Amino acid sequence: MSKLPEQMKPTRLADIPRTERMLPGNRTCAGCGLGIVLRYIFKALDGEAILVVPASCLTVLGGMYPVSSVEVPWLNVTFPSTAATAAGVAAGLKALGKRATVVAMAGDGGTADIGIQGLSGAAERNEDLLYICYDNEAYMNTGTQRSGATPMGARTATTPVLGKQQRSKDMVAIMEAHAVRYIATACPSYPDDLYDKVRKAKSMTGTRYIHITTPCPPGWTFGTHETVKMGRLAVDTGSAVLLEIERPEATAPAAFRLTGRSRTLAKRGSDLKPLSEFLNAQKRFRGIAEEEVRQMQKHVNARWKEYIGRDMSL
Amino acid sequence: MAVPKTNTDILTGNEAMAVGAKLCRVQVVAAYPITPQSQVTENLSQFVESGKLKAQYITVESEHSALSVCIGASTVGARAFTATSANGLAYMCELIHWAAGARLPIVMGCVNRAMAAPWSVLNDQQDSMSQRDAGWIQIYARNNQEIIDTLIQAYRIAEQLYVPVMVCYDGYILSHTVMPVNVPSQKDVDKFLPAYVPHTILKTADPRNINQVTLADPRNDATGVLCHGYMELRYLLAEAFQKAPDVIRRVDEEYGKTFRRCWGGMTWAYRDEDAEVLLTAAGSIASEATVAVDALRAQGVKAGVRAVRVYRPFPAKELAEHMNRAKLVCVFDKSLSYGYQGPICADVKAALYASAERPAVHGFVAGLGGRDVKARELVEAVKQSVADYDRGVTDKETGWINCQI
Repeated sequence: MSKLPEQMKPTRLADIPRTERMLPGNRTCAGCGLGIVLRYIFKALDGEAILVVPASCLTVLGGMYPVSSVEVPWLNVTFPSTAATAAGVAAGLKALGKRATVVAMAGDGGTADIGIQGLSGAAERNEDLLYICYDNEAYMNTGTQRSGATPMGARTATTPVLGKQQRSKDMVAIMEAHAVRYIATACPSYPDDLYDKVRKAKSMTGTRYIHITTPCPPGWTFGTHETVKMGRLAVDTGSAVLLEIERPEATAPAAFRLTGRSRTLAKRGSDLKPLSEFLNAQKRFRGIAEEEVRQMQKHVNARWKEYIGRDMSL
Repeated sequence: MAVPKTNTDILTGNEAMAVGAKLCRVQVVAAYPITPQSQVTENLSQFVESGKLKAQYITVESEHSALSVCIGASTVGARAFTATSANGLAYMCELIHWAAGARLPIVMGCVNRAMAAPWSVLNDQQDSMSQRDAGWIQIYARNNQEIIDTLIQAYRIAEQLYVPVMVCYDGYILSHTVMPVNVPSQKDVDKFLPAYVPHTILKTADPRNINQVTLADPRNDATGVLCHGYMELRYLLAEAFQKAPDVIRRVDEEYGKTFRRCWGGMTWAYRDEDAEVLLTAAGSIASEATVAVDALRAQGVKAGVRAVRVYRPFPAKELAEHMNRAKLVCVFDKSLSYGYQGPICADVKAALYASAERPAVHGFVAGLGGRDVKARELVEAVKQSVADYDRGVTDKETGWINCQI
């Protein structure tokens, strides 16, 4: 068994810096989960970073020229080129003897679909960048079309009648197959956990990947006041699991660890809430077939069991 | 005057390109192998791994990522280089437009190759010609010496105008053919090529949001200052292209002062002073045309070459000045705008339109997919054109040289 890396002391919510580098009055939708995500990412990065952003909701958040809603250097790039352009930024800085944390940040479509070639290439080369996928589970910026990360059964603009027939792409498993230095998942409903993971990733070099389940009121169809609640439901039902996978060096075995709320649930040994509680809270799953719910629940249970089995620190 | 210290090597076109990139002290190289460009990537990785070139070499997983890496690197102020061919160039397409719109002085070698389908690894110029409207300066080299010299000039031009430059040269005909190449000294290149200063520096101390979404009309910034809209930003790119011919000519002249070699700036000529018939083309086929001109002259046809060195910006005015003296211009394109004509031919015709007295222009498509173009085939085409012209044919259908159909 690999030696577990030393854990950073968890930050208390009250101790997270109050500095804001994402300005109010930006163009996110009401109740946008991404707004919370970006605020805590910026707090964790402490301004010492360059963001590389493809076409996505994040582009809209960043504002229309010549007005910007962010006080962090921010380079907009083409949809599939996030990881490669970030690698170029990192290479350029290195060539010039400069240092900054390079953060590539894309949505689930920009990551799991159109951007996966560039991400896979960058991860295989172990480029010095932190790649963050905010996963709102569809192409939300263009009006909620299905992506590779959309869950089974979800109605989207391109799965309007039957709902999506396939399971979502497992980005954590894909990134783990690349043997990158650090992989984590997070959810804005647990900002302390998110904050610590970004801080930890920032302290490392090589390719780091953070996958953030990001509730989206218009896309998931729930009330704009329910964003935090929806993220909590996702974690409590096991639809999203908070974890981190660290690999001190490429040849070393990975250390797998559940974190935050997921760790608490696992330690308690109690069952996850039924997935249907999460699904029923969102109109996008209205009309989902019982067989699909059964399949998804089976998958969630199996994954939860697998994760608990992998976490030697429990 | 003292002859500058140089060193003559026997180099392929690809080696000349790689050695040129090394002399330019490129700081980030990203390239993906494709025939016939691969040697460029191999030579540069050799230079970087052996420590002869201090640069970051990113062995990307695609051409799309190659140009993306260059865009990222150039944005933070590093001199970036890539090279590709044909489908690789097409795969870069959205980034080709992006690099130009973002005003990044990236230089790319385009080793001209036919576009599939069907597959062909051999030469024509359809790849770069298909990208002519993207906002890159395109320079076509006629031999390996011009490849290395043009690359060094290209960074000066690009970094002065903040416009990316494509240095195009014919696959195999130049890329894999050895020629004596006079390699400039590092000291002279350092003197000729100052360090790259980016127009906007992406740094944490002065956070900027670059290449944001623009709206249809100019908008005020947070302090109330009216800023450009998309259309104004694109006008500025077009304006840079208006300035480009003078910059390109001046850089070529200054290059000549340091290195004793000039390449004609925007166009070049061979025996064209009294020419009644001009042969026009870009790249190695224009070199071939000089051989044809000698043969035509020997047969009593007053022929000359007026070749296109820089295709974008198109040297319309310069060509018109030189061509108006001739009665006939024969244009040989190694590509085709399907449904119309060869791109150089169409552009030559447009360039001559404003002239009160202008020559007839006959267009030919030649050498697609590596089909050999022999000087005698050019001679035959020109002689036929002259005969047609003398019969009063001023315009005719695009001729296909040696198309066996």
